[in-house]
Amino acid sequence: MSDPLSSASPSAGAPAGTGPGAPSGLGPTPDPSGKPPRTRGGTAARATPQARFALPLPAFLRRHNLQLWTGLIILGAMVLLLAIGPLFVTADPNRQDLLNAFGGSSAAHPLGTDQLGRDILARFLHGGRIDLLVAVIAVIVPFILGTALGALAGYFGRWVDIVIMRLADIVSAFPFYVLVIVLVFVMGNGMASIFVAISAVSWVAYARIVRGEVLVLREEEFVSACRASGLTTPRILSRHVIPNTVSQGIIYAMSDIVLNIGVVVTLSFFGLGIVPPTADWGQMMNDGQQYMGTGNYGLILWPGFAVVLVSLALALIGDGLTNILKPRR
Amino acid sequence: MPILEVDSLTVDIDGEVGRRRILDDVSITLEAGEPMGLVGESGSGKSMTLRSILGMLPPGAEIVEGEIRFRGTNILTSGSRRGYDQRIRGTGISMVFQEPAIALNPVMKVGRQITDAVAEHKGLSKRSAHELAVELMDRVGIADPERRAHSYPFQLSGGMRQRVMIAAALVQEPEVLLCDEPTTALDVTIQAQVLDLFRTMQQERGLGLLYVTHDLAVVAQLCQSISVMKDGRIIEHGVLQSVFDDPTEDHTRKLLTATPRIDDGVFAGTGGDASAGTSEGAR
Repeated sequence: MSDPLSSASPSAGAPAGTGPGAPSGLGPTPDPSGKPPRTRGGTAARATPQARFALPLPAFLRRHNLQLWTGLIILGAMVLLLAIGPLFVTADPNRQDLLNAFGGSSAAHPLGTDQLGRDILARFLHGGRIDLLVAVIAVIVPFILGTALGALAGYFGRWVDIVIMRLADIVSAFPFYVLVIVLVFVMGNGMASIFVAISAVSWVAYARIVRGEVLVLREEEFVSACRASGLTTPRILSRHVIPNTVSQGIIYAMSDIVLNIGVVVTLSFFGLGIVPPTADWGQMMNDGQQYMGTGNYGLILWPGFAVVLVSLALALIGDGLTNILKPRR
Repeated sequence: MPILEVDSLTVDIDGEVGRRRILDDVSITLEAGEPMGLVGESGSGKSMTLRSILGMLPPGAEIVEGEIRFRGTNILTSGSRRGYDQRIRGTGISMVFQEPAIALNPVMKVGRQITDAVAEHKGLSKRSAHELAVELMDRVGIADPERRAHSYPFQLSGGMRQRVMIAAALVQEPEVLLCDEPTTALDVTIQAQVLDLFRTMQQERGLGLLYVTHDLAVVAQLCQSISVMKDGRIIEHGVLQSVFDDPTEDHTRKLLTATPRIDDGVFAGTGGDASAGTSEGAR
């Protein structure tokens, strides 16, 4: 006999999945036999949209988080390349050889040389290191700053919220690149200015995301339960509320790294980023675009290709993480 | 001296339709170690009473009159800046919530969750907090607590989550436990087990229990005394048996008759032999 409490258990013919009693979370699989799903009385069944989009793949592939793995593999390969590449490519990325400018592919210079006769491969590897490093490091400060400010704004509301969010409004009232370029321009180019400029601008996105999450979280019963158990507000915020927002922050951070790579490369392209002669993908592309008309594509091709690839990988990782980082009930 | 006294508590709330009285002259006296049932229909102010005791009224609600005394001290004004005394939460008065599924932090292991409050106040080391959690989980009847302490809430069943909640509520050894319909969200069989646990814990520790429910059968199994609420007022209070046998208020009588009895097939009357105290209630 079925549980007498679950008066709403669907009849045998009812389409599986519409039953109200499927236990929430953990992928309630509709019973293919058409039997009514076993219901648990009283459990509030939440209809969890399981698959927004399913790739038409064989089941053994679908079980894995393909996006995440693809992204990780591409990014891992790129990082590995940049990490160990310079061990094998011993050419000095800054050594000029004007007589050998725009040299073709050779044993000494597998990707040829640029307009000053510098080895493109060496510059590509060293430049990529700088770009990725700056992009990743420039995510950490805004992440922490934005999460902290957003959590404060969301949790306390009132004037705290008003002050922080109006500040965020002011920052985001300016176009992103304009503000970053102005800040770097004022502070002078170089890595330190890039960090400061990016931190000053991109905390806003984290703050907005976290604030939104916290607005929902603070009404949750587990926060009431925390208060009822005598936890202090700082403890509730730091150990219970913020950890619940971190996954959203991390997911955004992946696309933020992409954005930062774009910023570094763009700034360097405009001559505001990494100080020459230090190699950097943006500068290489800037150099390269001047000589595209003369048929020298190598200089712009490789860094451009790399930027796109890394961005794609990070976007895939972000998507993949979305699927696994959702807090489960 | 009673452990907890709610003395003519009156609470107003500012809503969309203007100011409304949600608690009107509510008085409850709970002796140490006394299990009391607080029953009433939805919206009668049961939960608000509990929230007032913990100083967790919703925004817009305001205590206009009355005192809440814990061991004789008015906790409404004994805190910092003459406000609610938050030190009482957890250590003096603790609460078990209705839905364990949403009353636990989804991203924290239950072992740590149980001991988080003690860990903060006493600065327990990770190891001793874990040991304490395991010990408590064992006490509330969770099998294999060593392993379960490392589980996240979503990995536990509803009954187990509620046991975790109970363990968390008891970790600071409070003297009063407030229960806001803690078994409503559970299966009947699990309900019986959890009620058993409440009874054991209550008797073992001499807990004052203020048990809010709309299920009179639960009250009958667990409590010695009962208060009946309606429209923000306490309309009846007394020893369980006398209220069940001979309710003075019409409303109480209605509540009693609204509880179906499994043994006689018809609704329980108000007759003198209504031994609801021994009957398993089926809703």
